[in-house]
Amino acid sequence: MSETPKYPAPQGNAETKPFWDAAAQGKLLIKRCLTCKEPHFFPRSICPFCFSDQTAWEESAGEGEIYTFSVMRKSPTGPYAIGYVTLKEGPSLLTNFVDCDLDGLKIGQRVKVVFKPTEGAPLPFFTPAT
Amino acid sequence: MSIKGKAYIAGIYEHPTRHAPDKSVAQLHAECARGALADAGLTKDDIDGYFCAGDAPGGPMAMADYMGLKLRHLDGTDTGGCSYIIHLGHAAEAIAAGRCSVALITLAGKPRTGGAPPRAIGPEVDFEAAYGATTHNIYAMCALRHMHQFGTTSEQLAWVKVAASHHAQYNPHAMLREVVTVEDVINSPMIADPLHRLDCCVVTDGGGAVIVTTPEIARSLKRPLVKLIGAGEALKGPRGGQSLDLTYSAAVWSAPPAFAEAGVTPKDIKYASVYDSFTITVVMQLEDLGFCEKGEGGKFVADGNLISGVGKLPWNTDGGGLCSNHPVNRGGMTKILEAVRQLRGEAHPKVQVPNCDLALVHGTGGLLGVRHGASTAILERA
Repeated sequence: MSETPKYPAPQGNAETKPFWDAAAQGKLLIKRCLTCKEPHFFPRSICPFCFSDQTAWEESAGEGEIYTFSVMRKSPTGPYAIGYVTLKEGPSLLTNFVDCDLDGLKIGQRVKVVFKPTEGAPLPFFTPAT
Repeated sequence: MSIKGKAYIAGIYEHPTRHAPDKSVAQLHAECARGALADAGLTKDDIDGYFCAGDAPGGPMAMADYMGLKLRHLDGTDTGGCSYIIHLGHAAEAIAAGRCSVALITLAGKPRTGGAPPRAIGPEVDFEAAYGATTHNIYAMCALRHMHQFGTTSEQLAWVKVAASHHAQYNPHAMLREVVTVEDVINSPMIADPLHRLDCCVVTDGGGAVIVTTPEIARSLKRPLVKLIGAGEALKGPRGGQSLDLTYSAAVWSAPPAFAEAGVTPKDIKYASVYDSFTITVVMQLEDLGFCEKGEGGKFVADGNLISGVGKLPWNTDGGGLCSNHPVNRGGMTKILEAVRQLRGEAHPKVQVPNCDLALVHGTGGLLGVRHGASTAILERA
């Protein structure tokens, strides 16, 4: 790898501030609707399923499995793996897989969250669970 | 109210350039508009409706002023590369409602010379932008999941490129005219697993334009008559991450209303223009459009089945985005243009489908594995 990737700092906004505040403490938050009980990600103040405005933050266990991924071979900072993780709580989210052999990744593999620093709030990434 | 038969495509133009460092983007739009007007036998002053998307500098307001258009209807809907197929349906709606009588749709840009306009930023930006999503790896994620669930192979995907290259050899304007083999595709460098370089489309400067008009005006002109008989549009995204399924596209929602409106089925289609940003894009959309069962797309495209005169579904006979042209990284416009050529009998003789009287045009815009639009149009020779 020619250089360590630098991740852009999240800008955040009034709606998502609690997510980034929790990320700074190493916690991955999702949102759950108090009306239809469905969790979702990325977090919204209004449920994208039933459109209730009664949604609450919930800490995810940060565990899940790889839904799909791709290792990008053409990158000035070296190969990286983008993918979707389906969290134990249900929602899937876009992420990168880090701190692992990229050629060993597999669909269905169990992974756990790991936060990486940016110039702003840390960002959630995933790495194979041991 | 249906748009069936209410609007005709009277003029088309595909800019012959694939590299235009000496032209401005606005200039390319205007050159395409001039070309389509000349093809139709109309003049600028006949235009009273204008449709453009995110590639038009400043949007419809600025471009209408630049070209000196006097409008009574305009639409700047942007759903990435399928915008122009959506515009086709919207133009037909406007014409059917009497809001305009001659509608111009333009696309142009210069990604090969100087980059494409940036994607619009949505509320997801902080949760996705940092992870290095590109068109390549986002479509690659769809491909890997499709392979995982259905056993689709790289060799099957490669057949899509092989078919495009067979057609492109006859297109003097195509960027890549060399016929390639399945082995050439799977031996080309890996870009984003499992997509190789030859699974990817070309990057070109250029553009195109379409003139849509009333049946009465179309019949007063000298060009073969091509009418729109069905249209559908849809969007798909991760929608909160619930039940994520990247193996299907929004075509599952855009196609059924288009077929129903037209009163035809996939079996009736003689020629199909289907967006080809990557080989996997074609396989997934063909399934979603109903040309085969979900998961069978790999088998469907294999063995030359998309090659005109060889296989069961003549497809992208201009060489498509994979070999000919993909102006502004947006494929919808060129899909319309080749379908109209086929229906007029003006495709290259080596790829012209005999008695081509019914064609399908389908596009995807945005990112297939994240948020994307889809639009389906069914065209008939009148």
